[in-house]
Amino acid sequence: MFEFLMSGSLILLVLSIFACLYRVWKGPSMPDRIQALDTIGITLVGGVAIFSVLLGTHAFLEVILIVGILSFIGTIAFARSLERGVVIERKRVD
Amino acid sequence: MKRPNDLLLRAVSKVAVLIILTFSINLFYSGHHNPGGGFIGGLGVTAALILLFLTYDIETVTDNLPVDFKKVAAIGVLIAVGTGAGSFFFDAAFLSQTFGYFDIPVFGKTELATAVLFDLGVALAVIGSAVTIIQTISEDE
Repeated sequence: MFEFLMSGSLILLVLSIFACLYRVWKGPSMPDRIQALDTIGITLVGGVAIFSVLLGTHAFLEVILIVGILSFIGTIAFARSLERGVVIERKRVD
Repeated sequence: MKRPNDLLLRAVSKVAVLIILTFSINLFYSGHHNPGGGFIGGLGVTAALILLFLTYDIETVTDNLPVDFKKVAAIGVLIAVGTGAGSFFFDAAFLSQTFGYFDIPVFGKTELATAVLFDLGVALAVIGSAVTIIQTISEDE
């Protein structure tokens, strides 16, 4: 029963990743695509956590932190590029 | 053009950089028996530095952190090759390693391995090369 529930939630997470991929591909505007990429990162974190519970190991917990950090930095870089046109500034303007 | 307001980003990144650096050091030291090691630890430090570059600008960070990252990469490769060649002095093959158990006052019985020195070289090489790449491709001209 437990493994059935875990496998079912993994399948649902994969389906939601596919929904986010549709939004990345189709998204009318750029912020939609960035939001969808961030949501894919969060869903990956959840999937790794469920996989770790399913296998009964804590070897994947570092993966969760690394994916969270990289998704955070990637979203910030996309937002900077969208708002100012330049990702890393040479000299601050204000 | 209106001046962008990134107060929230600065407040978050002041805490997040500290957490990322601490986690990178944890990854670096856990690399002997668990997932981790020099490469991913160096990439974690690079992620923290990239977050600083994104939040502030390059000149502020390099003023407060006056390190030439090309030299960091060179020193890292030198340490890694040096620990590899150091095994010649003990009549062992290139890059062979050893470990031992020592009694250290605070930590008790601790395992010390020579692979940590090689990992330190790898981490410094990764930090230097990755930050140099980021600084080079972010130039406007």
